[in-house]
Amino acid sequence: MKSNQTGKRHQSGSDIAMESSFYVVLTLLTLICLFPFVLMITSSFMNENEIARDGFKLIPQTWSTAAYQTLFANPRKLISSYRVTILITAIGTVLGLLIMSMAGYVLNRKDFKYRNGFSFFIYFTTLFSGGLVPTYILYVRYLGLKDSLWAMIFPGLASAWSIFLMRNFLKSIPDSLYESATIDGAGDFRIYWQIFMPLSVPALATVGLFTAIAFWNEWYNAMLYISKDTLVPLQYYLQKMINQTNIQQLLAQGVAIDTTKLPTQSIKMAVAVMATGPVILFYPFVQRYFVSGLTIGAVKG
Amino acid sequence: MKTQTAAANDQGVYLNRQAGRSGNPFKNLAYEIRQHWILFLMILPATIYLIIFMYLPMPGVYIAFVNYNVRKGIFASPFVGLQNFAFLVKNGQLWMITRNTILYNLVFLLLGNVLQIIVAVMLAEIGSRFFRKLSQSLILLPYFISFVIVGAFAYNFFNYSSGFVNTILKSLGQEPFSFYTSPGVWKYIIVAFNIWHGLGYGVIVYLAAITGIDTQIYEAAMIDGATRGQRIRLITMPLLKPTFILLIMFGLGGVLRGSFDLFYNLIGNNSVLYPQTDIIDTFVFRSLTGSGQFNFSQSAAVGLYQSVFGLILVLTVNAIVRRLDPENALF
Repeated sequence: MKSNQTGKRHQSGSDIAMESSFYVVLTLLTLICLFPFVLMITSSFMNENEIARDGFKLIPQTWSTAAYQTLFANPRKLISSYRVTILITAIGTVLGLLIMSMAGYVLNRKDFKYRNGFSFFIYFTTLFSGGLVPTYILYVRYLGLKDSLWAMIFPGLASAWSIFLMRNFLKSIPDSLYESATIDGAGDFRIYWQIFMPLSVPALATVGLFTAIAFWNEWYNAMLYISKDTLVPLQYYLQKMINQTNIQQLLAQGVAIDTTKLPTQSIKMAVAVMATGPVILFYPFVQRYFVSGLTIGAVKG
Repeated sequence: MKTQTAAANDQGVYLNRQAGRSGNPFKNLAYEIRQHWILFLMILPATIYLIIFMYLPMPGVYIAFVNYNVRKGIFASPFVGLQNFAFLVKNGQLWMITRNTILYNLVFLLLGNVLQIIVAVMLAEIGSRFFRKLSQSLILLPYFISFVIVGAFAYNFFNYSSGFVNTILKSLGQEPFSFYTSPGVWKYIIVAFNIWHGLGYGVIVYLAAITGIDTQIYEAAMIDGATRGQRIRLITMPLLKPTFILLIMFGLGGVLRGSFDLFYNLIGNNSVLYPQTDIIDTFVFRSLTGSGQFNFSQSAAVGLYQSVFGLILVLTVNAIVRRLDPENALF
């Protein structure tokens, strides 16, 4: 990109042709990346008869909101899954940020003698794990987390990668700040909370957003540990919706719905839109934190 | 102010030295804890968390060496030595899922990185800052989408009665194609979705590496009359090689870890597709839920096999990287 600014003066014809072809290829590529999203949205607005006759289309002949109408007429399970997802995202992100930023702060303190030991203790969890079966037995038998909200919160609460990202960011804050605060009589926790945290808002935003996205996308632990209907998170609800041919019981139990009129195909896509929507809506505002996070993360832990 | 800080520092060093002189590690620890008890308290939550959720399952791998009895628990179940492993080897499944896991990961890694470099180079070369930012953001978007939604996309495209691909085939007067009963096509679909999902992430890493290249090199090349193609081929590409090799090396360290999310959401419990799409992680999962053919101990044996060989791979890769380029070794 830098080569360009200086090269503007004397670009040869073949250089310009090459750059134009890059624009074309990148535009196509960007469209390919977006295509599944667009198809999902138009599919959710299709008329059920047209889907049955022709299948999902990019541009439907007739537009219909039947899927959304059915969904909103029987919203209890959808609302409940939204509530579970919002709850685990909020609790998990706040708690996770607190735990990880404190750990990152301590690991960055040069006068903390055992920081290398603790770093290895944290790093080792990325090298070796007990694996699925022992973890499952621990959760279910010994911690009693079956059908508990915490079964979806604990697994994603802290990761070695995010702790090191926090620490790497804190490295860029000058030590003299810490020293002068100590002289002014501030305690360790106060220095962390009142001086370092306000200065690391970009890092907190990045780690927080990655953590929040992971909780928002949670379905795996729900599949393992959750069987109660009221604790099903959004993504797991969607997964059941996609995999099931009989979606009536996923909408409402014990309520009579006219199953012949049920838009079974478009409703699957409507739920997918509902699950993706918030991520896409927030994305333009937060994507710069993602980008900066990925570049800090590229620095080794 | 400055002298005060220095004085405080000196005092700290002096106190540390004094403590270190005693030579008793426990005394030192007690001293450190007394001195920095708030710091210890602050790292305590992360420590407890990791002990319970990461370290506590580790001794549980012992389950792979017993015949697990639910009522007795892991450590009271009868010890059977390597019987579970022997069973897996004889069964022949182990080879298939290992091969699938490694081959898929190799394709993801090599094809993914090559495409990421190509896209990053193109993004770096174009003049419009606005276009670059926009395109980069949109390419990154799939990275934040859950694999459940990727599964929904696959359904949207490939289901037999209403999938988008079959809509097109039908409109062209062709017979619809039954994707979910044809194992052969899924390796391409899986690779395509994986690359689509991870492209933006890799592009940002490579773009950061390109941004780090010294501008003067390009300027000098331009004065010498190098064309854009020559600049890419002779400057950008060679300078990206270390990043490429590093990412490939670390990728190789994780080549035994399958992406369960991707495979499970695309394939689910469709056993027709398993021969071409079953990886270690989906295999272990099925055994756990009782829909597989193995019991807890046998599937834990598969999991342990994966963890141990994964660890050996990472250590090997790191040793190689340390020899080639000590700056970038992980430890």
